[in-house]
Amino acid sequence: MNFKTMTFVGAVAMALPTLGVAEPDDDTLILNGDTEMTTKAPAPAHLEDAVDTIMSGWHFRSDETQMMQADDFDNPGMIFAEQGRELWNTVEGTEEKSCASCHGTPEDSMKMVRATYPKWNDEAEEVRTIQMQVNDCRENRMGAEPWKYDKGGSLPMEALIASVGRGETVDVAIDGPAEAMWEQGKELYYTRTGQLELGCVNCHEDSYGMMIRADHLSQGQINGFPVYRLKNARLNGVHSRFKGCVRDTRAETYSPGSPEFVALELYVASRGNGLSVEGPSVRN
Amino acid sequence: MRITTIALAATLAAGTAHADVVAPGDVKYDDYGAVEMSLTGKTGSAEKGAEVFSSKSLGNCVACHEVSALADVPFPGEIGPMLDGVADRWTEADIRGIVANAKKTYDGTMMPAYYKVDGFVRPGKAYTGKAADDSFGPLLSAGQIEDVVAFLMTLTEE
Ligand code: HEC
Ligand code: HEC
Repeated sequence: MNFKTMTFVGAVAMALPTLGVAEPDDDTLILNGDTEMTTKAPAPAHLEDAVDTIMSGWHFRSDETQMMQADDFDNPGMIFAEQGRELWNTVEGTEEKSCASCHGTPEDSMKMVRATYPKWNDEAEEVRTIQMQVNDCRENRMGAEPWKYDKGGSLPMEALIASVGRGETVDVAIDGPAEAMWEQGKELYYTRTGQLELGCVNCHEDSYGMMIRADHLSQGQINGFPVYRLKNARLNGVHSRFKGCVRDTRAETYSPGSPEFVALELYVASRGNGLSVEGPSVRN
Repeated sequence: MRITTIALAATLAAGTAHADVVAPGDVKYDDYGAVEMSLTGKTGSAEKGAEVFSSKSLGNCVACHEVSALADVPFPGEIGPMLDGVADRWTEADIRGIVANAKKTYDGTMMPAYYKVDGFVRPGKAYTGKAADDSFGPLLSAGQIEDVVAFLMTLTEE
């Protein structure tokens, strides 16, 4: 991490509160002192008319929060990834199997998963998020109960799967059979909902880098999910974040795990094609 | 915050029965989005307007706008223009129109319409995430709109 730049940014922010804090910074995220992450990248082709550069939400957070994410020992999200690893090795259900029984070590078998999900499943003929796929394995291969969306074992497991994929480049497929759902997600992104008549686009495409009250608006990327939030001291899922943002437009929200949020996740993930997988990341 | 909003809606419902109050659907906007007549037939209170402007549970205008006169309100946003001198740039009718429904002045603006009750996609019950119900009313009452207008009219620089 670039400590010099960060100290400098901190000083500017203190002297000129309304000028210094707003811009996304130029710091470099190096994980555990060895893996350099791609936190800014040219926008993928489908997004070229809207933005030039895609940026991880990491750039919009304070130096302290940024540093927590740079080291696994400081990142509280990694505690959940470790819980996920225990679940990975836990035998459950009528088939007396664990994830490890079929998939070995997650470092090998799950490396590309976070980077490529949500993903079309040919057999089921549907787009699946990681949590949907995990539950499919639990129900149909382990004979175990599915986990609730963004609850119970779902998030620790997703944190583990994301953590072993850190540094891989997000590359979600948006053509072929996934296209219809991608289009639906895009529609949702640009629809202005609720009594405040705001869409994702207003805050995360038109206004990123600006302050909305005390919040520094990012591009709303999901390459860092699940995220550990200092504010509520737990791991937060993509769909729960979407729900919070939609609620804040004074709208009737969709539920975590709903087809609408699966479509929105596919679309928002594709806006991050080119960034590194960063989850579990740390946010304020 | 929810309780205040519902209470406000109730106040408004009571208020609309009053003959002098213009209902959200009856506001007359001119071609440029201005509203000539006071929504209550009276001049609002600038002091109360400053409160509506700053309070998160009322107008929450500070989420997007900064005003030097309210320097003690922390963390003003920067989505909308800084409003110092706004009364030199716009007439009272213009400002009333912008606060009541800014979309009539600025097509497609991010600024919410504060005195409007229909035409929303998936309107919710305040910030609960649930569907809107009978308590649904405009974001601000006619009286609160007039108070904000009175407050903004004090923001002159010349
Ligand atoms: C009224 C403004 C507003 C709207 C509309 C909005 N958001 Fe957000 N969103 C925020 C704020 C504020 C944050 C917290 C700061 C940040 O990370 O940008 C946030 C955070 C996020 C994050 C977390 C980013 C990170 O790096 O941790 C995601 C993802 C997100 N929003 C997606 C969406 C999506 C998808 C929509 C539309 C369904 C949406 N938002 C609508 C204001 C908004
Ligand atoms: C979500 C953001 C947002 C909120 C909340 C908001 N505004 Fe605005 N406002 C804007 C934007 C953006 C503009 C500029 C119009 C445009 O170009 O779209 C604007 C323009 C204005 C203008 C004209 C300014 C000028 O200098 O020409 C006034 C007056 C105004 N707003 C008052 C208010 C008041 C009063 C409230 C609260 C009751 C409020 N705004 C809430 C975003 C907002």
